[in-house]
Amino acid sequence: MENNSLTLSDVSLGVIGSVKTPAKVRQRVKRLYRQIRTENVFKKMLVIMGLLMIILVIGIFLTLIVESMPSIKALGAKYLWGKTWDPVQDIYGAYPFLLGTLLTSFVALIISIPFSIAVAIFLGEYYPKGWLPDLLKNTVELIAAVPSVIYGFWGLAVLVPIVRSFEIKTGVEPYGVGIFSSALILAVMIIPYAASLGRSVIQMVPSQLKEGAYSLGATRWEVIKHVIIPYTKSGLFAGILLSLGRALGETMAVTMVIGNTSIIPKSIFAPGNTMASVIANEFTEADKPVYLSALIELGLVLFLVTIVINMIGRRVISKFTNE
Amino acid sequence: MNASVKYRIGKSKSFQVLTVTLAFACVIPLIAILLFIIKAGITKINWHFLVNVPKPVGETGGGIANALLGTFIIIIVAAVIAIPIGIMCGVYLSENKKSKLAYWSRMCVDILQGVPSIVVGIVAYFWLVKPLGGFSALSGSVALSIMMLPIVIRSTEETLKLLPDSLKEAAFALGMPFHRVILKVIVPCGISGILSGVMLSVARVAGETAPLLFTAFGNPYLSANVTKPMQSLPLLIFNYATSPYNDWHDLAWGASLILLVFVLVLNISTKLITKRWKVQL
Amino acid sequence: MESTIVKSVDYNAYFGDNHVVKNVNIEIPKNHVIAVMGPSGCGKTTFLRGINRMHELIPNATAKGQILLNNEDVMQMHPIFVRLKIGMVFQRPNPFPNLSIYDNVIAGYKLNGIKLPKGEKDKIVEESLTRVALWKEVKDSLMKKGTFLSGGQQQRLCIARAVAMQPEVLLFDEPTSALDPISTSTVEELFHELKKNYTLIIVTHNMQQAARVSDKTAFFYMGELVEYDETKKMFTNPRDNRTQNYITGRFS
Repeated sequence: MENNSLTLSDVSLGVIGSVKTPAKVRQRVKRLYRQIRTENVFKKMLVIMGLLMIILVIGIFLTLIVESMPSIKALGAKYLWGKTWDPVQDIYGAYPFLLGTLLTSFVALIISIPFSIAVAIFLGEYYPKGWLPDLLKNTVELIAAVPSVIYGFWGLAVLVPIVRSFEIKTGVEPYGVGIFSSALILAVMIIPYAASLGRSVIQMVPSQLKEGAYSLGATRWEVIKHVIIPYTKSGLFAGILLSLGRALGETMAVTMVIGNTSIIPKSIFAPGNTMASVIANEFTEADKPVYLSALIELGLVLFLVTIVINMIGRRVISKFTNE
Repeated sequence: MNASVKYRIGKSKSFQVLTVTLAFACVIPLIAILLFIIKAGITKINWHFLVNVPKPVGETGGGIANALLGTFIIIIVAAVIAIPIGIMCGVYLSENKKSKLAYWSRMCVDILQGVPSIVVGIVAYFWLVKPLGGFSALSGSVALSIMMLPIVIRSTEETLKLLPDSLKEAAFALGMPFHRVILKVIVPCGISGILSGVMLSVARVAGETAPLLFTAFGNPYLSANVTKPMQSLPLLIFNYATSPYNDWHDLAWGASLILLVFVLVLNISTKLITKRWKVQL
Repeated sequence: MESTIVKSVDYNAYFGDNHVVKNVNIEIPKNHVIAVMGPSGCGKTTFLRGINRMHELIPNATAKGQILLNNEDVMQMHPIFVRLKIGMVFQRPNPFPNLSIYDNVIAGYKLNGIKLPKGEKDKIVEESLTRVALWKEVKDSLMKKGTFLSGGQQQRLCIARAVAMQPEVLLFDEPTSALDPISTSTVEELFHELKKNYTLIIVTHNMQQAARVSDKTAFFYMGELVEYDETKKMFTNPRDNRTQNYITGRFS
């Protein structure tokens, strides 16, 4: 809103201190107008930055779709349940990777949930304050900070031989690497996600609810089982979804420990591949357009699945915080 | 009556023991990894290790200088891209709680946070590697900056939302234009939260490998050219750890120790610094 | 003879469709203290914030009409110009927590990028702090951050900050409602001094305060300016029934 009154008197312009010369006043006015222009530019820049995020996501989506087109056109929907992956013979089937991804992620989830929930209950209910719980909280958060390639390297050097000797003892094929080993590493890596969200929602349980149960003679375990868990059910679920989303997209640690075999794994101890690991391994080797775009189509599936999980998690959390 | 009450109390106590055990058990793998990497890596680190590039297979010696320099350059470029955009976007979201554009923008930030790192690598390949005709550190930096953005944006927005409105009002009432209110009052008062977001985002991408697999790609030589392929610590660790050569395994252990210590120190110091720099409201 | 410094002509303010200030016409004489009072939700604070164009900072807030400062319409200017001449002090003291006391006083210059020679800055700081009776108390701790000050001192710091800009009018939005009784009376004492150099418009919930400090009082009710008269007259012999009811405590 430009000032259309060009007759602002010296007095009405906030002259600085003892400076009252007309020249300085004009200088001050010019400055103020410049500030107003900058203000408008700044506001527009902020909007552009907000818009940029939307453009980024749309761009990612479009790129994935466009580059998967060759394989979508050539292979159609059959690609997703094709059981054979043999690029040399030009046969592409994604089923082994879908299976591998689901197996590793869900086994990892099942292994990690008890630990995540234990941390969440420990920090949210039993010991919310104190130096020891703080230490635990920070340590668990550091689990998420360790780079996945280091988990993979350690897994390769330490976990795999252990699993191998375990497999020898139980008479299973002693690969060492495989779905199980990668699920184990994955389980450790995803603990912090459900744990931290779980802790937050458990702390939010109103004390009146708990006190009501205690006053009826309930033990601590009973309060947890009958008051806290039901109240925080959806929040805990969202936390688990968060861990799941992380597990589905994890690439490096899994790649190093899963055995990189593109056939349907015969057992949980057999080697296999996930969508992320096959992309990591074969992307730079894909010499045919359909080969490359088949891999990218896997990327598209990963992208869409993580969005869906993300959306569900968000919905659940917003419902929880609004209740 | 007494017996059943005793049973219930016993059950409650054993559940508590179980919870405590499981909770602290989580820490065991972390400590195991830390100790193992220290043991495996500490002997490999010396001055030569830090200033030399890897030798060809078969020759002993060599180091990870190219990876150290490369990591440094790639992260700096990624930060230069992500930090201004991220902070401005965080300011935008905290100033526009109700607008429709802000709603979709916020949702996209959430989506970006969940995108698997390998997908970011794929996209950066098609946006930068293919058009420019080759792998480059720049494309790697762009991929990493995409991963840094949600973290910076989130923590900026959350920090600024916590600042009381009276701060802004006082500034406006003094005749300050909007950009000065934001840049000279709001951001400085929220600097600790914003800084922690920045540091966390750096810690996060310092260890990322997947986005660099087909962007920065790796380079056996020491290079500072962002338009050419560049080596980075996680890439080196991945390639050398999965190779069949023991010499290269040694390099990977040393590199792992350096990377791990760097990331952990960054995370821990973030927590300490943000406490120090918090402006008392 | 009184000269009018601020005059509102058919001023109306809205939050979305909600008409919260209705057709207010008021003339405020120079160097006077005007109290604005009324029950909660009567529009007094909204009207006050309209004078220095703070009202429109709230999303969906609009206003119509004229507000004249020395016969120039404030509604036609860019808000930045307005706020240089009309300062505001808020209900909760809000000194900038990351700045020292010194920097807080000259924040209006410093944060706006206006460079003043150190001598001049020192002079403005000392003058402003003296005007709010804070100089002696803080002159040895000017470089410390203001958070150690008591509530009353912080509020006086905020007044000093507004005064440093050399405005003509000072707006106060319930300035003592968050303060203890002693700080309240210290701030009230300031009003008598400040009106020598500025015109003060004070929104207050506290009728006794209005009676103590103001020359004229405006009574708002349900968005309208119901009565506006010399304070003594209004409190002893109000003309309107609604004013009478408010003063006698029928509603608050």
